[in-house]
Amino acid sequence: MSYIIEGRTGPWELVIGLEVHAQVVSNAKLFSGASATYGGEPNAQVSFIDAGFPGMLPVINGECVAQAVRTGLGLNAEINLVSRFDRKNYFYADLPQGYQISQFAHPIVGKGIVDIELESGEVRHIGVTRLHLEQDAGKSMHDQHPAESFIDLNRAGVALMEIVSEPDMRSPEEAGAYLRKLRTILRYLGTCDGNMEEGSMRADVNVSVRKAGEEFRTRCEIKNVNSVRFVMQAIEVEARRQVEIWESGASVDQETRLYDPARSETRSMRSKEDAHDYRYFPDPDLLPLVIEQAWVDQLAAMLPELPDAKKARFISDYGIPAYDARVLVMEQASADFYETLAKGRDGKAASNWMLGDFFAGLNRLGKGIETSPISAATLGGLLDLIADATINGKIAKEVLEAMMETGESAAAIVEAKGLKQVTDTGAIDAAVDAVLAANPDKLAEYKSGKEKLFGFFVGQVMKAMAGKGNPALVNEAIKRKL
Amino acid sequence: MTLEFTLASARDALRSRRISSRELTQAHLASIAALDPKLHAFITVTPDLALAQADAADAALGRGEAGPLTGLPVAIKDVFCTKGVKTTAASKILEPFVPPYESTVTSNMLRDGAVFLGKLNLDEFAMGSATTNSAFGATINPWQRQDSDVALVPGGSSGGSAAAVASGMALAATGTDTGGSIRQPASYCGIVGIKPTYGRCSRYGIVAFASSLDQAGPFGRTVEDTAILLGSMAGHDPKDSTSVPRAVPDFVAAAKRGVKGLKIGVPREYRAEGMPAEIEALWAQGLDWLRQQGAEIVDVSLPHTKYGLATYYIVAPAEASSNLARYDGVRYGLRVPANDLKDLYEETRAAGFGKEVRRRILMGTYVLSAGYYDAYYLKAQKVRALILKDFTEVFTKVDALLTPTAPSAAFAIGENADDPVKMYLNDIFTVPASMAGVPGMSVPAGLDAHGLPLGLQVLGRHFDEETVFAVGAALEKAAGFTGLPQIRMGEGA
Repeated sequence: MSYIIEGRTGPWELVIGLEVHAQVVSNAKLFSGASATYGGEPNAQVSFIDAGFPGMLPVINGECVAQAVRTGLGLNAEINLVSRFDRKNYFYADLPQGYQISQFAHPIVGKGIVDIELESGEVRHIGVTRLHLEQDAGKSMHDQHPAESFIDLNRAGVALMEIVSEPDMRSPEEAGAYLRKLRTILRYLGTCDGNMEEGSMRADVNVSVRKAGEEFRTRCEIKNVNSVRFVMQAIEVEARRQVEIWESGASVDQETRLYDPARSETRSMRSKEDAHDYRYFPDPDLLPLVIEQAWVDQLAAMLPELPDAKKARFISDYGIPAYDARVLVMEQASADFYETLAKGRDGKAASNWMLGDFFAGLNRLGKGIETSPISAATLGGLLDLIADATINGKIAKEVLEAMMETGESAAAIVEAKGLKQVTDTGAIDAAVDAVLAANPDKLAEYKSGKEKLFGFFVGQVMKAMAGKGNPALVNEAIKRKL
Repeated sequence: MTLEFTLASARDALRSRRISSRELTQAHLASIAALDPKLHAFITVTPDLALAQADAADAALGRGEAGPLTGLPVAIKDVFCTKGVKTTAASKILEPFVPPYESTVTSNMLRDGAVFLGKLNLDEFAMGSATTNSAFGATINPWQRQDSDVALVPGGSSGGSAAAVASGMALAATGTDTGGSIRQPASYCGIVGIKPTYGRCSRYGIVAFASSLDQAGPFGRTVEDTAILLGSMAGHDPKDSTSVPRAVPDFVAAAKRGVKGLKIGVPREYRAEGMPAEIEALWAQGLDWLRQQGAEIVDVSLPHTKYGLATYYIVAPAEASSNLARYDGVRYGLRVPANDLKDLYEETRAAGFGKEVRRRILMGTYVLSAGYYDAYYLKAQKVRALILKDFTEVFTKVDALLTPTAPSAAFAIGENADDPVKMYLNDIFTVPASMAGVPGMSVPAGLDAHGLPLGLQVLGRHFDEETVFAVGAALEKAAGFTGLPQIRMGEGA
């Protein structure tokens, strides 16, 4: 069932394309030796090149090129062995050179594909148009002084990858799934940390609406949206705005807009008429970027296993459902945790425990998998106690809770709290006898055909044994006695 | 005293301790004190720094540690950033700028022991052919017409460099050449100047005009002097992506090779209409000199020459419009306080840039604009490729080309000032080699009817400065050019 907006004149389809700016993970900036790490005192990570001093020249950072190539390979994209840097000219206080060095006409990465999976389980292929390298600008701060603006150039010159999608998405959900999938791939590759809060990943969202079967209508670009949720919300409100405009008989103007999450609306930033003329031309300070196929092959050979491949392997190697596998591979850390946990154990039990009680426990503690109080090996200890019938499943939940609180091993907790499962049939028989003796009325009802009461007896026996009775043996004993 | 020396002879005198670097430096500082008020070749003179460097050089010479330039007083065009010394590019917008870094070319020279006398005047941002576009006043050519003492231009944009070397205020100097800015002033001032192959010298730390054309090179009073200085300036620099990783040849040795057996091309397209007869005659004379020394003269064609100037005046301003965007009043240099960012830009740039710079920024912005890009910039790039092809093809047939350097001798200050296009025509013979990136040298070869020097231009293959030096030296030897400018240090001064 596809996503549509019901207008007065009928249903409208959405057409969405994303331009994602992903900050490259590298020690140094794209064209200067200055540090590219996040944070730092304002203007502490600025070289004379970044600050646009006279006579300073850019020199390409090879590691940033490698990161772009790795990303291209991760997006199943064509790698262009010859690409070129252009200057995008415009004036702004935080753009020291008066131009941004970018790849306009000849990007390093061409067409690629990202597969996204929707809640329904449907898989869609989203086309990637291109990926190119460019410099980030600095940061203007207008709230530090009543009359002046301050400029922080720490970010100026940091390498960005602009990843442009085809207009292949048709719903906010698809856009969200694409963005999340892209982030997962970049994190797996180690080419971008995907941290949208810190701005290391930002999206420009192109939205238009149309009636089924139509050509594309005019689009608007919503600039610099910085979370998946906001991207999805912005698409929805922008699409509704456009539907209203078309249905009122007017037309949508091509323009750049901003999303305001507080008011849940998009606002015009600048129209096509005020659009900059960027006067792109090849940067004469840089030679064409020429790379060797052999080097690309070398980078390809060293790529990590990517989420789609890992998911397929988890399904086949550990026999877990596709849904579980998809959730597990979303973060490299979860996938690694799972593999340590599942190795030599029942894969299905491992994913059930991990995605169920363990994740719930992390949530309760407000922690992520990286900061989990227990390791995969420790959680594995719990699974082992279940597998060898030292404890039963119900007790195990209690033990896990204690593990998450204290970080101690399952064995230690079971030992200390005396939670070991009772398998002594004599003790079980005695408990069953006591329960039957204490409930003659229920026993009579059961014998007169009310078989549902079997569960009641099991519950009473387990309760009497403080939950430690082996469930199978308890069942068997009750059946026998009845 | 200063004009008695060449860079080479001063070097020998220093090494044999017949003179100290301090004496030599003091003599040059005295020349500057006496002449520069008339010539205005310097923007900044750094006597204290120069004497300190001279003393260090004398100490090194005393230890027997002489580098190629140790103790030799030279001067630097004010587009090379010099650490701790004001670097203006002859622009108000950089008037207060003191670089915290040293350009690679001047670093190389300091490594080799040079003594820096100061920073030399130029057309603002190297945009001009007369050094009349300096924000700090025009430089005067030390040469005068026999029949008049009207002030003449030294050529440009490296007019300060040419005037300083010609008049004896410096033994040699650096310049930069974007469309002829070394060769044309060398011709106007009766000295030698070479623009090496694009990529031979690092552009790191040189205030950029047009990045794909800018190239540093030396001025000297002899071919050998330019060979010595270029040997120090040149070399691969990882800080400039367009600098080429090639070893620097022994240019001094190359200058002694002679021209026997070389094929020298005469490009017929350089016979510009209206070329003065005396220049035509000098050119023919130059060819004769080379023939007499064993070279073979061959008529050749560079069919796209006529588009050179027009193409240059699209490409160079386009790059300049972008290169000069950084002078915005935000981080360094001139700032005219304003109420908002747009006014800050407009007022700073209006106050900071001179008329010619503003003109070129406007032209460059225009040719890159949406709707005009294809017709101007893109077309110019295509023509540039054809000009390069002309040279590549012709250099399969000949080893070097000989042409006049400029269509005239030095003109008077104020002439051509009303007509920018007429001014641009000064570069007509120098621009094609810039567009192709090939090396070119101007050698003084004779005097015109007014007694003003005229230069001949030698062009060579990419990275074959050696042949250019050989041909230049052969011309120098045959011409026996001994003319001296009228404004100079006298005997014993």
